Amino acid sequence: MEIERRYELLINGKECKVESSWLGESLMYVLRERLGLWGTKNACEQGECGSCSVLIDGMLACSCLELAATAVGVDITTVEGLGAPDNMTDIQQSFIDEGAVQCGFCTPGLVVAVHDLLLSNPAPSGQEIKEALAGNLCRCTGYGRIEAAVVKVVQQRHE
Amino acid sequence: MSKWFSKGTNNVMPNANESISGIATSLQRPDAAEKVCGTFEYSSDLVANNMLWGGTLRSPHPSARIVEINVENARGIQGVATALTANDLPGKPNYGLLMSDQPVLADEFVRFEGEPVALVAAADPEICRRALAAIEISYELLEPLTDPERAEDSPAVFPGGNVIRRVPIERGDPEASGDVVVEGVYEVGMQDQAFLGPESGVAVPNEDGSIDLYVATQGLHQDHAQLAPCLGLPGEKVRIHLAGVGGAFGGREDFSVHAHACFLALNTRRPVKMSYLRDESFRGHLHRHPARMWYRHHARKSGKLVKVEARILLDGGAYASSSSAVAGNAARFACGPYRVPNVSVEAICVRTNNHPCGAMRGFGAVQACYGHESQMDKLAKKLGMDPLEIRFINALQTGDRLPTGQKVHVPAPVRECLEAAAAVPLPGESSDNVDGYGLPGGAGRTADRSRIRRGVGFAVGYKNLAYSEGYDDNARVRCCLKDGKLTITSAAAEIGQGFVTVARQIAHEVLGVEDIALHPANTSDIGSAGSSAASRQTYMSGKAIELACRQIAQRVCEACGENWKVNAKQLSLANGRVRSEDGRFDVKLAEACGDPIETEVFHSHRQTFGMDKATGQGDTDASWIFGAQRAVVDVDLDLGLIRVVQITTGQDVGRAINPLSVIGQIEGGISQGLGLAVMEEVLSQDGVVQNGSFTDYLVPTFADMPPVEVTLIEKPEDGAPFGAKGVGETPSLSSTPAIAAAIRAATGLELPRVPIRPEQIALA
Amino acid sequence: MPIRMKVFLPTSLEDALGILRASPGAHVLAGGTDFMVEMNYGHRRPERILSLRFVDELRAWSREGATLVLGAGVRFADILSSEIATLSPALAQAARTVGSPQIRNTGTIGGNIATASPAGDTLPVLWALEAMVNIRSEKGERRIAIRDLVTGVKRNELAKDELITSISIPVADGPQEFLKVGRRNAMVIAAASLAFACNRSERRIACALGAVGPTIIRCTDAERFVGERVDWERLMVPSERDRVKFGELCSEATLAVDDHRSTARYRRHAISVMAYRAVARMS
Repeated sequence: MEIERRYELLINGKECKVESSWLGESLMYVLRERLGLWGTKNACEQGECGSCSVLIDGMLACSCLELAATAVGVDITTVEGLGAPDNMTDIQQSFIDEGAVQCGFCTPGLVVAVHDLLLSNPAPSGQEIKEALAGNLCRCTGYGRIEAAVVKVVQQRHE
Repeated sequence: MSKWFSKGTNNVMPNANESISGIATSLQRPDAAEKVCGTFEYSSDLVANNMLWGGTLRSPHPSARIVEINVENARGIQGVATALTANDLPGKPNYGLLMSDQPVLADEFVRFEGEPVALVAAADPEICRRALAAIEISYELLEPLTDPERAEDSPAVFPGGNVIRRVPIERGDPEASGDVVVEGVYEVGMQDQAFLGPESGVAVPNEDGSIDLYVATQGLHQDHAQLAPCLGLPGEKVRIHLAGVGGAFGGREDFSVHAHACFLALNTRRPVKMSYLRDESFRGHLHRHPARMWYRHHARKSGKLVKVEARILLDGGAYASSSSAVAGNAARFACGPYRVPNVSVEAICVRTNNHPCGAMRGFGAVQACYGHESQMDKLAKKLGMDPLEIRFINALQTGDRLPTGQKVHVPAPVRECLEAAAAVPLPGESSDNVDGYGLPGGAGRTADRSRIRRGVGFAVGYKNLAYSEGYDDNARVRCCLKDGKLTITSAAAEIGQGFVTVARQIAHEVLGVEDIALHPANTSDIGSAGSSAASRQTYMSGKAIELACRQIAQRVCEACGENWKVNAKQLSLANGRVRSEDGRFDVKLAEACGDPIETEVFHSHRQTFGMDKATGQGDTDASWIFGAQRAVVDVDLDLGLIRVVQITTGQDVGRAINPLSVIGQIEGGISQGLGLAVMEEVLSQDGVVQNGSFTDYLVPTFADMPPVEVTLIEKPEDGAPFGAKGVGETPSLSSTPAIAAAIRAATGLELPRVPIRPEQIALA
Repeated sequence: MPIRMKVFLPTSLEDALGILRASPGAHVLAGGTDFMVEMNYGHRRPERILSLRFVDELRAWSREGATLVLGAGVRFADILSSEIATLSPALAQAARTVGSPQIRNTGTIGGNIATASPAGDTLPVLWALEAMVNIRSEKGERRIAIRDLVTGVKRNELAKDELITSISIPVADGPQEFLKVGRRNAMVIAAASLAFACNRSERRIACALGAVGPTIIRCTDAERFVGERVDWERLMVPSERDRVKFGELCSEATLAVDDHRSTARYRRHAISVMAYRAVARMS
């Protein structure tokens, strides 16, 4: 397959047509500026902060490091595909309850990363939480309340 | 081109299913649901119809004369709307917070690497990048001044000389000396705020020649006062709206895209969006001042301080920003929260061709805290005393006089903060350890348990709450009660700290009203709230809301008294109802009075005064906040790698209006202090930044932060809103010196510089 | 105004090689974790990109006798799987230190080799194990030792029409170690790294260093020295002095420089400490 201008991406179960003026755009840029999925955040664009985390065929990845035009035919899940303000996941609710949100810029990426973590490891230890989330920088919280939010979800799911 | 049109500002409406609560409860953030779902709109998420993308060309040289700029090639690229230089500026060419010295675009000289030189607006960011690359500039390179020690004797970087401010404090007997004297020279590296949301915004020009700027900022009105003259527009033609802010920490006190986006928008008559990449962010905002500090402490054998001498040199970089106020803080807090009868301090902030520095959480007190706490440990060691004991002996108390001669009139729980930090049991050996992950070196698997030493260190610090030195500090708020619903209008910037939560809690506490909305913050609907800085917004705007709501409550009672013929003095408001003491009168707030009740409050804190130019004496501060930390660290002695194992802290908060938010502030502040202690530094070589990326400017990750045990010391301050002081800054003061002290305890090394690099330990 | 660019998404190795022949100079995109940073920051502007995302053949791995063959598209996260980790422990340890989970899910071993950064985390392991790199073009196949493929800082000797298809690594035949120092406890680029491998059948020790020279450095003198002093029955170096000496010899092999991540002196020192610890962990 060759792409020169137009392509389609499968995002949150929907086919989305993309028409870029330049094929060098990252998936992060396309999600945001071309498709209006602003929940994927643009903090570093070098794969160091995790704010743009999405799931690609079920694997956690930084969307800033994916060339959008090569992500055709894969299953992309963004934070918008997880829950909405009137229909939040237990993880999203726990972030709110435990005070894990301040400026919130890292939050969508962390929410995606925690969904991914708890799918593969439903009962992570403290150290496993730290290792799994080490790729998601947060500058406001010092991570304490985020860890508490993860721990609370794990407890609730095991009750 | 755009399929979406953003609102521009986030209406902070309460969640439908959430019940409100008053002070001392951990009410949830009204914006939290949007934030966890990714629907909260940040400044970089904005779009407008027919929008262009703006970009900045920045100088690659720290000092140069611009010989020629040619933007014609850029203008000729298809999709480019305009390319502009200083010659095209529509108004005042300079701006600045306290001194108007920073060019909107460099005209003749560039004075730091990253100084903006030209602008482009184009159809999309990629075309914009290509156009910026096509601009031709010829520079005549000049020798940069990069050593702040040489600044005073070097040719002026900017007209007026290289000393931005010299702040002396002289008190007591200059000849006084003690039984023991300890001396030290300390250094603090340049720290970056490293907020995650990039500098960004959209400027929207209007038919009538006015302009609306949607931007992430800490202070809408201080931006406005600087921006309108630069655009050559009268104030009423410039409106600034707070767009969603992705963290600030002082880094959004100064302009980022403000003037540039507006300038491009006015020129092209189209909306212009700008959003920095991370490398530009490192050049596009100001950093924390690096400091070199000389200290000499004199004490009696008992440990009592006799005199403190200090000289603090701050590198302000190329432009002044808030440097003069930072220097004032560094001088006033140089001695720490201790009783010091004799003081001889001088803080100097100089200009160089390094990156400009300005506000960052802790504002001058962070640097000083590392200095005075290092000295207190040195003194304790020399006297053979316990580090806690020497701090207890000298701890500041209410009623004591500060180095400025000002009397401490608020609670000053220095000893209590330290005791709280010390009271938590010490952690055991790091056991939660998967293949070395819990030990120094972490994922790198370098640790050898037999070569790990544990150290424990204490530190305590303080700083001023709100603005000082006679600065006109006030906040304006308007509250309107209509049909039982309250709308709060304030220009206070929500930057993540939780003002939007606290504002509602305070209003609910006073009025009992359930339904409270915050009007979007902007410069056109209300006067200034001052900046979300200096730990001041709860203290200032929070107080204004309290006062406004009390006025409304009184008017509700009066109206009820009149309408329902009851004794207004026996009425009170709670749970959305107005009731009399005897319960005979009990009416829904929405029904209690017909007309809307609106009130506007202009609140100023107690008057402060300038520092005497020769002696630094004066009642400079409105209030102070105190905090102490104990750090426990593990150090790999051979590799110099560090893992902070635990932080315990006692924090003077006055009153915790939202305890969970307060803990969040404290943990976050500590993580930034940890960063400064062991990893965060903007490194420059000959004025050129070497690590302007998140790959090489390292901020603490999840794996670097230890558990934090917080004890809130609640001693309400008279006149503060429900006794609440600010909590934004103290947590980041003393965590750096506490961690440094712990590393010293583990290694026996002096370690006079932060961030501490592995080689300072491993090669010592 | 569209900016010219073409993206190729072949689904077989054969197609990929055909595209490379027809469009030599097309940039080959594996995981993209390095390349995309350069794209996002405007440092690279290729007009043609060949993505290996859908070339499933490159994602496979197998064990062929005493050799582990990893497809070039095997990701760091795959290497962490217990099956590969058992066969090549140091490689798994190195893969675990790569960036973050997000990066490990995306970055590939082939990309790590082709990018040829002296700080590439898996490279010291591949050097120590004398991995062979299998390369193909339409013209044919060749096999080259990794030390011959990587020629300098971010330079390799791949021809424009060639692709790395797989890497052949000897299955572990004794204890292995990978250690890496950086200033952060996770997600950090190596200031210095070290791979250490015992080969029990051949009774030799191999050791290679990362981030202390323009390419990975083998410590041949140190290897020879310590190889002669191993008690192969107890699988240890009994003498403390020999272990220290091994560290010193490794340190002498470095060509470290000062940069913003660390100093030459610290890098040399860190290598000696890591080498000492690696050999001490043998038993």
